[in-house]
Amino acid sequence: MPTSSDTLARAASLRAIFEAQGAVLVEPPILQPADTLLDLYGEDIRARAYVTSDALRGEQMLRPDFTVPVVQMHMAHGAEPARYTYSGEVFRRQEHDPNRPNEYIQVGYEVFDRADPAAADAEVFALIAEAMQGLPVRPVTGDIGVLMAAVQGLETSPARKQALMRHIWRPRRFRALLDRYAGRSPVPASRQALLAGDAADGGAPMVGLRSSAEIDARVAALREDAKTAPISEQQVDLFDALLEVRETLPNALSRLRDLMVDMPAIADAVTGVTDRAEAMRARGIDTDALLFEASHGRSSMEYYDGFVFAFRAETRPDLPSIATGGRYDALTRRLGQGDEIPAVGGVMRPGLMLELEAGQ
Amino acid sequence: MTLKLGVPSKGRLMEKTFEWFGARGVRLQRTGSDREYAGKVEGVEDVSLVLLSAGEIPRELSAGRIHLGVTGTDLVQEKLALWDQLVEPLEELNFGHADLIIAVPQAWVDVDTLDDLDAAAAAFRAEHGFRLRIATKYHRLVREFLRTHGVADYALVDSQGATEGTVLNETAEAIADITSSGETLRANHLKVLSDGLILQSQATLWRSRMAPLEDHSRKALKTLIAQLT
Repeated sequence: MPTSSDTLARAASLRAIFEAQGAVLVEPPILQPADTLLDLYGEDIRARAYVTSDALRGEQMLRPDFTVPVVQMHMAHGAEPARYTYSGEVFRRQEHDPNRPNEYIQVGYEVFDRADPAAADAEVFALIAEAMQGLPVRPVTGDIGVLMAAVQGLETSPARKQALMRHIWRPRRFRALLDRYAGRSPVPASRQALLAGDAADGGAPMVGLRSSAEIDARVAALREDAKTAPISEQQVDLFDALLEVRETLPNALSRLRDLMVDMPAIADAVTGVTDRAEAMRARGIDTDALLFEASHGRSSMEYYDGFVFAFRAETRPDLPSIATGGRYDALTRRLGQGDEIPAVGGVMRPGLMLELEAGQ
Repeated sequence: MTLKLGVPSKGRLMEKTFEWFGARGVRLQRTGSDREYAGKVEGVEDVSLVLLSAGEIPRELSAGRIHLGVTGTDLVQEKLALWDQLVEPLEELNFGHADLIIAVPQAWVDVDTLDDLDAAAAAFRAEHGFRLRIATKYHRLVREFLRTHGVADYALVDSQGATEGTVLNETAEAIADITSSGETLRANHLKVLSDGLILQSQATLWRSRMAPLEDHSRKALKTLIAQLT
């Protein structure tokens, strides 16, 4: 295992790469107000971050990552365009794998730039790829934006699209919804009874904050939904074919263009992938060998809504990704109180990099 | 070193545990005054009794401070991450049955499944500006269950007792709690979601995988387990 001073020294040299690009060094506090993170991630964050509290400030979290505080800081008083770098400890609860550390050093780079998203994606990826050079790692890329565009393009009601969008990062529930909307899973008996108008509450009194108006509104929405035609087999098959795209970037692009014929809604997003590939090549990335997985980045609890990438250790499948990153335009909108700016970033784990080097 | 057996220190759970061991020729009893948590074991050699709150028994087992312990499956799974690496279930004692369930108001005719709960939570958040609150003391089990099933837009609020009343008091919209007969739920106008069973629990005899054993106590453990199971 690398010593902590080795790790800190590596972190400093990685940070220097980004400072050489003109990135401003930022140092967000370790203790973050819990409400922002809870509002963003919901209850799941409690399984991932340490929560503590005092009587004065209420609940605080030991920062589980830097992105959220950096975005907040930028949205509050950042100039545009902006590039930031940081390094320091992040804290993650571990409840399943005792071998994973609950505290480790991250070095990151975040780019807030409206001018050319494809170039910004390529910049972040290329700088991290350069820092990874010589390590036995393999990058994988993806694009959540393609999946989102495919959902928007489904021939179904806006309510159904909205429900699918809400669960794009929860593959299991997404699948259950898609199957239900396609008429592939049986309607539960309780739902049938409700729709038939004979769901009895036994005259139960209203208790709690959720009002009868809210219950009526949902019953009406369910009746409306029952009238919606099922999503066609063909559309579900196309969506599945999209989720299964897992090839080198040129082959993946060719698959995506094939799919585009029947899914015209993904055209803009696929153009985005093409532009990014172009920008990556211009930065010397071997895109012919680069892996593209359409479903990459869906199951991690993240905020990415466009480009996503990870560098995985080829020789050590037991290790988490050595570097990860992606585009998070929507996050800036949620934290920006009316403002928004395209943003992309990535983080590296110097401790893991040293561990990999030592094992070579 | 003698073998340490941890059992619940009071109430029905203690009485039933004493009965269960007694039926197998192991007499457990409290000694001293009613208020003194000391006890003894008759019918087997080299076993000492440790009286503990049922909620503390999982921790004592995982720390290896007791070799055997009686407590509910719910408490072991809630309190110990990777519980199966720390303790081994030896025997279900067939009492202390309780299901950990999710319940919502009976008046919610539109909510019968987790799928419904998720959709209702999304609408509730949009309407009220905060997440649908579920009162529980089983934070970890409930969170993992809901995450596995992809339910979002809820928040857990802590309730260490009288959980069924939180909905009426408007400190929560739904609850996750243990129930044996469902009577308290019905009395508080709540119903169980049809797929809302998180865990079926009962009093169980556990062996610590962490407690040190030397030859002597290993032999005592073997004899005791043979007599009990």
